[in-house]
Amino acid sequence: MASEPSTATPRSFLAASATALGITLLATQGVPPAEAADASIRPFKVHISDQALSDMRQRIQMTRWPDRETVNDASQGAQLAKLKPLVAYWGSGYNWRRAEAKLNSYAQFITKIDGVDIHFIHVKSKHPNAMPMIISHGWPGSVFEQIKLIGPLTDPVAYGGKAEDAFDVVIPSLPGFGFSGKPTEQGWGSDRIGRAWDVLMKRIGYTQYVAQGGDWGAGIVTAMARQAPSGLRAIHTNLPAVVSNDIGAALGGAPIPAGFSPKERAAVEDFRNYLRKGGLTYLEMMGARPQAVGYGITDSPAGLAGWMLVHGGFDKWSYGADPRQSPTRDDVLDNFSLYWLTNTATSAARIYWEHRGQSLVSSTLQKTNTISVPVAITAFPDEVIRAQESWARRAFPSLIYFHEADRGGHFAMWEHPELFASELRAAFKSVRAGTRAADAR
Amino acid sequence: MEDHIMSPLSRRTLLATSAAAGVGLAALSEATLATSIAGGGADAIRPFRIAFSDAELADLRRRVQATKFPERETIPELRDRPYDGQRFNQGVPLATMQKLAQYWATEYDWRKSESRLNKFPQFMTAIDGLDFHFVHVRSRHENALPMVLVHGWPGSFIELLKLVDPLVNPTAHGGTAADAFHVVIPSMAGYGFSGKPSTAGWGPERMARAFVVLMKRLGYDRFVAQGGDWGALIVDLMGIDAPPELMGIHSNMPRVVPAEIDKAAFAQAPAPAGLTGEERQAYDRIKFFYAKGLSYAQEMAVRPQTLYGIQDSPIGLAAWMLDHDSRSLELIARVFDGVPEGLTRDDVLENITMTWLTGTGVSSARLYAENKFAFFSPSANVKVPAAASVFPDEIFTVSRAWAERAYPKLIHFNRLPKGGHFAAWEQPELLIQELRTAFRSLRGAA
Repeated sequence: MASEPSTATPRSFLAASATALGITLLATQGVPPAEAADASIRPFKVHISDQALSDMRQRIQMTRWPDRETVNDASQGAQLAKLKPLVAYWGSGYNWRRAEAKLNSYAQFITKIDGVDIHFIHVKSKHPNAMPMIISHGWPGSVFEQIKLIGPLTDPVAYGGKAEDAFDVVIPSLPGFGFSGKPTEQGWGSDRIGRAWDVLMKRIGYTQYVAQGGDWGAGIVTAMARQAPSGLRAIHTNLPAVVSNDIGAALGGAPIPAGFSPKERAAVEDFRNYLRKGGLTYLEMMGARPQAVGYGITDSPAGLAGWMLVHGGFDKWSYGADPRQSPTRDDVLDNFSLYWLTNTATSAARIYWEHRGQSLVSSTLQKTNTISVPVAITAFPDEVIRAQESWARRAFPSLIYFHEADRGGHFAMWEHPELFASELRAAFKSVRAGTRAADAR
Repeated sequence: MEDHIMSPLSRRTLLATSAAAGVGLAALSEATLATSIAGGGADAIRPFRIAFSDAELADLRRRVQATKFPERETIPELRDRPYDGQRFNQGVPLATMQKLAQYWATEYDWRKSESRLNKFPQFMTAIDGLDFHFVHVRSRHENALPMVLVHGWPGSFIELLKLVDPLVNPTAHGGTAADAFHVVIPSMAGYGFSGKPSTAGWGPERMARAFVVLMKRLGYDRFVAQGGDWGALIVDLMGIDAPPELMGIHSNMPRVVPAEIDKAAFAQAPAPAGLTGEERQAYDRIKFFYAKGLSYAQEMAVRPQTLYGIQDSPIGLAAWMLDHDSRSLELIARVFDGVPEGLTRDDVLENITMTWLTGTGVSSARLYAENKFAFFSPSANVKVPAAASVFPDEIFTVSRAWAERAYPKLIHFNRLPKGGHFAAWEQPELLIQELRTAFRSLRGAA
């Protein structure tokens, strides 16, 4: 296929030939032809080779399992009795080609920014005044988290909204994730990714845009808000950096600040318990030694799945037992397969290393008081930390929108895409008026 | 007899084969194993030999050869840097893992390891409902001192085997008959050929009690105990409990850091006032470990079941085991670079291969989840006579003053010129000399 860029090919080749002593192939990675100043945007379609898929299936079928956990809950990690049927389905009934078709039903592109190939989905609304928005995923997510959001955002009329709610959406894969390139040098943290996203939006031709992110995406949009590139009209985040130093101390065991309401106290206490039970240990692990955990999750599909399911965002996920639940079993396996087939388990883990010792949710470390770009926040009740409005007001002097959704967790847009889309419409409504005025001038 | 010996092995073989066929394993419960070997009474001691099938070895080799590797780490090895524990800041470098994989798949021969290991008399016995595997070698010298030696993670009984002959047969190794020991080396619960606990509760304190039972069952009613890593904690707990049979302990990772110092280091606080030069150095090492080196232990402590990857991927297991402490990682990286060290490539792979073949990656990790004690700092004073050997490349070093506080009956304290976390494996001659010296004063009482 002529339209298929070369980036897909080495990966498929890599995955397939790892079956042989796949040791020397890696040298070919990350050394693209010299085209330093190349600002071209190349169309991209995903095509994983049959060989890579059969290799994945074969590895899944040969999984060597540990014994069952020694407790009767998920406190030691993904439970064997739940993980095994999921992985068994992954190796039998699951069909990657459907995921591939889903991705390929959207216009995808690759462009090189700051030396790294960036993969992105770009969907323009048919409505002329649509607001451009760049949406950043996090870990252990990918662009698959955001696909269900594309329809409601770009075609609001079909989803109970109005034409003036429309967005053009740009959904990049983070460096080291999915079909983006893998950084070969250190330094690709939120600040650098944030600068790259501004380059991307302007390269596409958007001079005025908004940015959205949760998880690492939250760190990235917060970085963008600090950087305040011209044309960045506002950001929206569903994992806002609202933990002040006194809340941080309370999370570490100090008394909860006086004057906190019962609801605020409960939010602190719940997050404190989450931390005490080791809820962020995966983060410490990848922050300290991404290569230690990386080899096992790169070589074992079950290892990858078990490692990703440790994330608190999956705490209420039913492993497909409830077929109406989003993400579905197939959605989650699309996401795991993407990490597997692009061999990005370790490269993605390194984003934690890049930010070791820093906290995404600390208002001090994220320097939120320096931000003047308008900030919109939606707090979801099952997020690992429930941001409170008073905390948000204290952290973000430029807060333009705060709303507590009545349902949803860490993967809110994956779980409730229409609800999430309506949040984004409401969040950016006031910014839109300003954009039009600016455009008119 | 023979079928009793073989049954755990055939079970393992069956497990591995059925895993390869993608068949579920849950049906083959520990209960099946227990029933098949319960023949000789609760206290029976059964001889044991290691014998993995060709199919298991072929499966391992195939997996190693088919390894899917990540790309190289994004920070190059700092070649001009001294080996100071800060050389590999993202974990095990790809180059080391590739060299290890190459050697593992093409040159390493488990059958040689197996026959070497089977030269040591090995046994199984059930204690407190769990099968324990152990090596037991009696000295021909009649006044030999019985000693139980306890390994740690990511080690195994294998890390202690270089000590055996010099300890039981000192006259052939530069010692005198008066230096002789009877040696007992158990595998911890969930490690090696010991049983895997299927329910919570097998923490270090329970093993400390189990190993006293083991020694008594072998007829030793006066003995000493030795340990490093988890073994150091276990022998400390034995010494705190101080059963009448226990004459003394020796630790090569003496957990004698005063609690307030340990806490300050954990909090990354500036060094407390009043530390001597060597204590200050120790403080900096502990602080470094808490900042950069603790995560593997935390991961296993809170989410051992998340590590499916080390059960399913030999290279995943090897990397996880190599990334224990930064100085032993540097040492092993040098070994695979061809630099002669106290460990060989075969030493390293023998331990990893044994862990792979026994399928104990996750079950051994669970000990971290069971543990309620500090790694470096005593929970109470050791009541029995205690000896400490301090190796310079251990995760942390300690001062004699600290040792005297935690071990009020300190009978021996020495700083060694060379060696690290795996002292028995890496510098056996030094440790043997330490053990002979340390326990000399207790022998009269035996």
